[in-house]
Amino acid sequence: MKTEPAATAPEAVTLRGRGVLAEASHHASPVLGVVLALLVLWYAFAVALNAPRVTEQLDGLGARWGARELVLAAWSMERPVLPAPHQIAQAFWQGVFEAAPDSPRSLVFHAGVTLSATLLGFALGMVLGVLLAIGVVHSRVLDRGLLPWIIASQTIPILAIAPMVVVVLGSLGLPPLASKAVISMYLCFFPVAVGMVKGLRSPKVLQLDLMHTYRASHLQVLLKLRLPSAVPFLFASAKVAVTASLVGAIVGELPTGAQAGLGARLLSGSYFGQTIQIWSALLMASLLGVLLVAAISLSQRLVGRAMGARA
Amino acid sequence: MSGRLARSARARGPLTTALMSILLAAIAWWMLARVLGPGPRGTGAPGLWTVLALWALLLWVALGRLATLRGTRALRLLAPGLFGLALLLVWEVLVVGWEVPRIMLPAPHQVVLALASRWEVLWPDFKQTAVAVLSGWVAGCGAGLLTALLADRFGVLRRGLLPLAGLAGAVPIVGIAPILVMWFGFDWQSKAAVAAVVTFFPMLVNTLAGLAATEPMYRDLMRTYGASHLDTLTKLRLPSALPFVFNALKINSTLALISAIVAEFFGSPIYGLGFRISAEVARMNVDVVWAAIALAALAGSLFYGLIALFERGMTSWHQSYHS
Repeated sequence: MKTEPAATAPEAVTLRGRGVLAEASHHASPVLGVVLALLVLWYAFAVALNAPRVTEQLDGLGARWGARELVLAAWSMERPVLPAPHQIAQAFWQGVFEAAPDSPRSLVFHAGVTLSATLLGFALGMVLGVLLAIGVVHSRVLDRGLLPWIIASQTIPILAIAPMVVVVLGSLGLPPLASKAVISMYLCFFPVAVGMVKGLRSPKVLQLDLMHTYRASHLQVLLKLRLPSAVPFLFASAKVAVTASLVGAIVGELPTGAQAGLGARLLSGSYFGQTIQIWSALLMASLLGVLLVAAISLSQRLVGRAMGARA
Repeated sequence: MSGRLARSARARGPLTTALMSILLAAIAWWMLARVLGPGPRGTGAPGLWTVLALWALLLWVALGRLATLRGTRALRLLAPGLFGLALLLVWEVLVVGWEVPRIMLPAPHQVVLALASRWEVLWPDFKQTAVAVLSGWVAGCGAGLLTALLADRFGVLRRGLLPLAGLAGAVPIVGIAPILVMWFGFDWQSKAAVAAVVTFFPMLVNTLAGLAATEPMYRDLMRTYGASHLDTLTKLRLPSALPFVFNALKINSTLALISAIVAEFFGSPIYGLGFRISAEVARMNVDVVWAAIALAALAGSLFYGLIALFERGMTSWHQSYHS
């Protein structure tokens, strides 16, 4: 899949020379090979796992059937144990391009609901994490007293209370978006806080001493030295945090009552045995996660260029 | 205890620190007694809230003094320990003093009571989840380690797998839970499967990074010895990959716990911590929910701590081996 653009754009290839193409195929062909192997395995497993029910069906029809009929039927069941990849792709296509974007059948609609909670929670978590890190770096009490708890709290299954947070905040009259965002925020702010503490402490003693000789205030040191040097750490933890935020939003949609969102889609799929629906929602969630991380990588590059980082 | 404190803080006025600790403990005791006993609450008790504010201020100063202490491990754990205790106390006083509804946030003593009174329910829940978490963790970490070794042996496989494993890091893998629950049934096997899938990728990525972390000098040395791939692997590269492997083991301990609990939301027999949480949320028994979470958190921290202890043993051997 990854070599396709190169193959359809021969001008680019000739411009950059053959080295690029060889390089690209050297990197892409193993990936392509593994993906192909996975697809073949998937189709094989689809036949193997669906076979018991398919043979039952075919026997019920009474007609004679052979291996060909078995395989074709196994790849086109309505509620398969394991849907074939093309069935998932088809459902995904229908959900994304053929349903109206505001109907509950549309994957775009559900992804939008999840995305809004993810982004709100991510923003809140980033703000909270950065503020906490600034506090830890400047206060010895917070450093010695609070930081160990922030680290220890990563071993606590915060995600487990997600359904409760939604129910409790919902009973207080908060919209589901806010409760989901709160969960996402909880999951986000730990990696951000820990990463930012490291980042804010990354300036060297020499640099801090220089600021000291300038008679810079704490605020000036923070704004002109600590924060700029923490930027790479911020982006590194943002990549972890945004995935955590997405997981938080999806799990926050699991409690019954949530009608919209990829998590609700997963849950209703599992209630009614709609495996194709589950898989296409999963595909959408994965795509969302990859896009979010890619967006952060892109903004990291842009910010880096604006700050004069070497390419 | 205050005597030991005072000795170590000699430079900063031992007597003041000791007096402060005694005063803090006394006020804390008074506030607890005041809040748990009968009496006016909320806006009716302005005195209590003034005392609480002053107490917090005093605590801040005392913790500032404690935080400067250098000394034994136990002494350095004192500041975070007291901070944690203080948080619990403030939680208790605020929740009981303002009569916060239990649905919103139960007080710590209610959580402890729920843990004690529902123990015969929570213990089987815990065992059910623990079996799933442990077996999933072992299976996922084992498979990740083996795959990493294979991928390390065959470069094509490594170049093919590594980008995909990186991609998996950006994907909410927990979402696979409903499918695995359908495949493996409601019992612990499906939760173990979810935990295994979730823990597989961190182990794969970390082990590969660890195996690549040896310095070329060492590898050259092994080559001059005429060491085989297996010799180089077992005597040089695996030992130096150990810190990375342990890192994955630690990350995975939390991941496995979370994913098993989330998987229980999609269907489980009538016990399991995740099942208990969702069932008691529906019944609005929030104190039992918090008790289940406290149990999970305690077990999670213990699990993590055990791995960290084991790591210290193993990797200190490895470092001394090198020096």
